[in-house]
Amino acid sequence: MSRVLSFADAISEATCQALERDASVFVMGVGVDDSGGIFGTTNEAYARFGDARVFDTPISEQLTTGAAIGAALCGMRPILVHARNDFLLLTLDQIANHAAKWSYMSGGRLKCPIVIRGIIGRGWGQAAQHSQSLHAVVAHFPGLHVLMPSCARDAKGLLLAALEGDTPTVIIEHRWSYGLREEVPAEYFVEPIGKARVARVGADCTVVAASFMVTEALRAADQAAALGIDLEVIDLRTIRPWDVETVCASVRKTGRLIVADPGWGHFGLASEVSAVVAEREFSSLRAAVRRIALPDVPTPCAPVLEAAYYPVAADVLRVARELCGAELAALQSHFVASDATANGHAKPFAGAF
Amino acid sequence: MQSARTVSLTDLYERALLIRRAEEAVVDQYAEQNRLLVEKKPLTHAIKCPTHMSIGQEAAAAAIGFALTPDDVIFSTHRCHGHYLGKGGNLRAMMAELFGKETGCSRGKGGSMHLVDGAMGMLGSSAIVAGSVPLAVGAALSFQLRGLANVAMPCLGDGAVEQGLFTEALNFSALRKLPVVFLVENNFYATLSHVESRQTVPIPDRGRLFGMPSVCVEGSNLMKVYEAMQELVQYARSGRGPALLEVQAYRWLSHVGTEPDTGRMRRTADELRAWQAKCPIDAAERELRDRGAGEIVESVKARVSRDIAEALVFAKESEPPMVRAMFEDLHAESQR
Ligand SMILES: Cc1ncc(C[n+]2csc(CCOP(=O)(O)OP(=O)(O)O)c2C)c(N)n1
Ligand SMILES: [Mg+2]
Repeated sequence: MSRVLSFADAISEATCQALERDASVFVMGVGVDDSGGIFGTTNEAYARFGDARVFDTPISEQLTTGAAIGAALCGMRPILVHARNDFLLLTLDQIANHAAKWSYMSGGRLKCPIVIRGIIGRGWGQAAQHSQSLHAVVAHFPGLHVLMPSCARDAKGLLLAALEGDTPTVIIEHRWSYGLREEVPAEYFVEPIGKARVARVGADCTVVAASFMVTEALRAADQAAALGIDLEVIDLRTIRPWDVETVCASVRKTGRLIVADPGWGHFGLASEVSAVVAEREFSSLRAAVRRIALPDVPTPCAPVLEAAYYPVAADVLRVARELCGAELAALQSHFVASDATANGHAKPFAGAF
Repeated sequence: MQSARTVSLTDLYERALLIRRAEEAVVDQYAEQNRLLVEKKPLTHAIKCPTHMSIGQEAAAAAIGFALTPDDVIFSTHRCHGHYLGKGGNLRAMMAELFGKETGCSRGKGGSMHLVDGAMGMLGSSAIVAGSVPLAVGAALSFQLRGLANVAMPCLGDGAVEQGLFTEALNFSALRKLPVVFLVENNFYATLSHVESRQTVPIPDRGRLFGMPSVCVEGSNLMKVYEAMQELVQYARSGRGPALLEVQAYRWLSHVGTEPDTGRMRRTADELRAWQAKCPIDAAERELRDRGAGEIVESVKARVSRDIAEALVFAKESEPPMVRAMFEDLHAESQR
């Protein structure tokens, strides 16, 4: 059976099902027990399973990350939650020097199946320390899995897959995805890690996107179709490992590639995908690969700057048109910059967190 | 070295009132904006950033500017309006910053959580809990290395105490006898989580463990908070090492935003009422009136209201940054 669920509810449901099935699963993090429940993803788990298995922690992220690793080494499957992925930077030592390496340094004898969830903030002047997209930072380290679901179904299926696996996993969610709704199976299921999803089949140009950029790319594809450009949108879903085969097969078909990355361009996801495709599919490419990423500065706060900061569907469309050689003058772009209302929030986003 | 001025209750009252009224102006502005949003009217001048109010907690912030000299430095957190104004930060530049204007204290780049006024020794605010605490330790280290008799004050909340960095900062500053005064404002909550569900020992015990004078005062009496801070600042300034001041006060509004959060989790109406009855600003006003200084109170109120009204006009009339400003300031020009 499946029914329509929001991205947030899908995470909540997955968390509850994991807690139900597996006594070794527990949830901890700053604020997981409060009435906000990390944007509605942990309230139900707290209400149903109580403080013994779903608990608030002191603001000691480095400790709780290490403690999650230690618990995992002793057979538990912790889910550690950060209301912003920015807070995970404090814990990079535990993630990178410890979790990512414990299996390798023990000759494969020890495993630490932790799941860390971190959320990308955006909008209403979150500013530089509450809006970063840090997937590339964590994805740099061998030994980790890094997941970025863009839709409700994957939010559930990938969380459950991460909890089944034995690899320390960082899941980076986007705040603006939380209101997206779609059919999600009610029963327990897993989505494969390392497998991309072709979100839209197309012939002219491949757009590889992740997280909220998938939403932007799909909107761009709708508009492009009206201009006679047929975009294929691939939702990467898994950042490490990423699905080279699916992307390369698509590029062999279309001969063009745009990579739409919710993070910065330098040393990032888009750079990695571009490089591998250039290495593997150089002869299939009919044009240089194009990256769409954040400007190379921290997130500014002022509304005018913030609005200009984020690449949106119109940017994907513009680049697609350049790549596909369509007549620039023919385009009367009627895109407005994305705002929170247009992207799944029921109410206008009027501040707060 | 500048010695601290003698401070009157009127001074403290005025500074505290300025902080209170400035934040009340933010509350009013948000109410107005929300009305416009509901009516689907355009927001021409709006504060579009998360604001963490310190209404109810002004006593510590008001003392900062008097217990410290302009050459002393502070660092703050996401809840930085009070610390900024307390240290003497520019009111207009703060308001302009909240409105995202070019004339803002960080040209609209930082917003409410990242107020800064280098000229006044307010060296920035981090929205990463405990993130700026080590910066203050480093500032103190620089004073010691350069033989300056200045003091550095990290302003932090009860939640920040839980970060490993805080304990590392206590240890290092005690070890090197650095002129740091840790100002821990205990408002009993980190977001909605009560301090009793997060910590097991009184906050000053942590300072005492490292051998530093550690004092707890209630933030309901402006002069008492000032005196406690002043004493610890003098101690640190004299080269004897760091000190810790815990000021207990209640945050009347929600963790973030401009509405109360009474009724959520442990935050009861009784608790709020009890603390409102201990409002440090009301108490100071009563005391001044009892002393026959009613006229002074009125003139302070008038001055504060006028300054805030002017700052709001300035903020609203200022231009937003040009889009290209987004790419500026990544590498500050050398100040040498
Ligand atoms: C490292 C980190 N973890 C979590 C957060 C989210 N957060 C922001 S403020 C806050 C509570 C801070 O409490 P406290 O230090 O008591 O300061 P207060 O808000 O009460 O002034 C939390 C958990 C953060 N900003 N940084
Ligand atoms: Mg607090």
